[in-house]
Amino acid sequence: MKKIINVPEQVVEEMLQGMVLAHPQYLRRVDGFDVLVRVNSPVAGKVGLISGGGSGHEPSHAGFVGRGMLDGAIAGAVFTSPTPDQVYEAVKAVDSGSGVLLIIKNYSGDVMNFEMAAEMADADGITVDKVIVDDDVAVENSTWTSGRRGIAGTVFVHKVTGAKAETGAVLSEVKRVAEKVVANVRSMGVALGSCTVPAAGKPSFILAENEIEIGMGIHGEPGTHREVMSTADEITTHLVDKILADMPLSFGEEVAILVNGLGATPIMELYVVNRKVADLLGAQGVKVVKTYVGNYMTSLEMAGLSVSILKLDSELKELLFAQADTPALVQF
Amino acid sequence: MKVTTYEAMTAIGQAIINNKQFLTELDAAIGDGDHGINMARGFEAVGAKLQSLGADKDIGTILKTVGMTLISSVGGASGPLYGTAFLRAASQVLGKYELDQENAGMMLAAAILGIKERGKAMRGEKTMLDALEPAYESFMAAAKAEKSLLECLELACEAARQGVEFTKTIIATKGRASYLGERSIGHQDPGATSSYIILQTLLEYSRT
Repeated sequence: MKKIINVPEQVVEEMLQGMVLAHPQYLRRVDGFDVLVRVNSPVAGKVGLISGGGSGHEPSHAGFVGRGMLDGAIAGAVFTSPTPDQVYEAVKAVDSGSGVLLIIKNYSGDVMNFEMAAEMADADGITVDKVIVDDDVAVENSTWTSGRRGIAGTVFVHKVTGAKAETGAVLSEVKRVAEKVVANVRSMGVALGSCTVPAAGKPSFILAENEIEIGMGIHGEPGTHREVMSTADEITTHLVDKILADMPLSFGEEVAILVNGLGATPIMELYVVNRKVADLLGAQGVKVVKTYVGNYMTSLEMAGLSVSILKLDSELKELLFAQADTPALVQF
Repeated sequence: MKVTTYEAMTAIGQAIINNKQFLTELDAAIGDGDHGINMARGFEAVGAKLQSLGADKDIGTILKTVGMTLISSVGGASGPLYGTAFLRAASQVLGKYELDQENAGMMLAAAILGIKERGKAMRGEKTMLDALEPAYESFMAAAKAEKSLLECLELACEAARQGVEFTKTIIATKGRASYLGERSIGHQDPGATSSYIILQTLLEYSRT
């Protein structure tokens, strides 16, 4: 294992310290916890938005804490959901009395830990609600699985829901918008190479030199299948086709795109992919009105990327275009 | 049979820590490869917490401490599941210093119910329940046949071991392994395995 770390046990702690030092105008640490909140938390009269999950997906989620997006983020151990006490502290730190919405990626562990935190907050008289993001079309959503996974489309949930919360909307309205984003966002990824969890010390999986895994999850969970490496256009077509099979788009419809790098893939290649995504959607008469390209939800040093498509209506479009000022996303 | 809960829990913690690599490798095959790492981190925290609690506490208090510590240090799915299991088991033996067939059976039953409620899972989904439910049934059958607590535990462990073997033959429908579908066949469930390790260690400790 070749990593620029000190000891595996201290990676998350030292990262959090470094984040606060880098972004003191945005972030403050909740003393004694792996929780970062806005410097001015709780924001009066505003529903608090919280997300979190295992570490290793930076800039998700603390990178999106700031005006127009999240109020707080909880960092679990690498690829491991944070514990309920940590989430509970985040809830307390961001609640202004208007209630708190938890944005949870759909993994059994995340859902259980966040639900336990919600029960603890509930016992304290804090109103907490939740939305579960399950945008990954690679895995089947059936009663025989734990449902779809939450991946990079979650960033759209942060952006749009954050804009709604910033307007001072009540919790039920903020939740309605969050659920609308979840219902209209789909993602699909591909991995070219593995990543190594620091505490594990060796790669999570092995792909042969000329092999890629279509549909790989952001923790190295298996995708739909492995195939021989092909061109950017072929891979992109595969990902977009799978998304459109699940969420058909009609002529004239407006969408936003996120081409997300998993950590080790050059931004150059993300742009190459973005060109093809725009091309494929354009050919169907779909209008791409907003595009994000970059590393928004990574998977340590995994090579690969995901494509997310958010179908917009006038409400979602307006909120997506609203201002945001966070360490990892600034939009004016 | 007199079991010193403090020492038994210490032995269980050590067994989990010793199996960190093994459990992590099982999880890497069908999940996200962190079960051993997370459980070891949790039981290291449990060890430290128990030391400050002292060895003279009742079974319920010790198990409650174990549950709370696991909940706040493990994360993932195993934290809430094992944490809930220990808390529920603790509630059956608060103030008790000695185990018998009756309260041990109630502990197991409460722990299993807690796991089912928290994880919304049932037997046959390739989870820890596939080790724990058969263990409970064997334990209760043995208790009904008026076997000693040690014999009950021996039969429960054997059933748990067979339960772990059984998980190799079934498709996961809960947790991350569920995404594998048929590809999960042939692999034993890491959660069922850690449950078996806990029971087996308790048995080995009780024999001494």
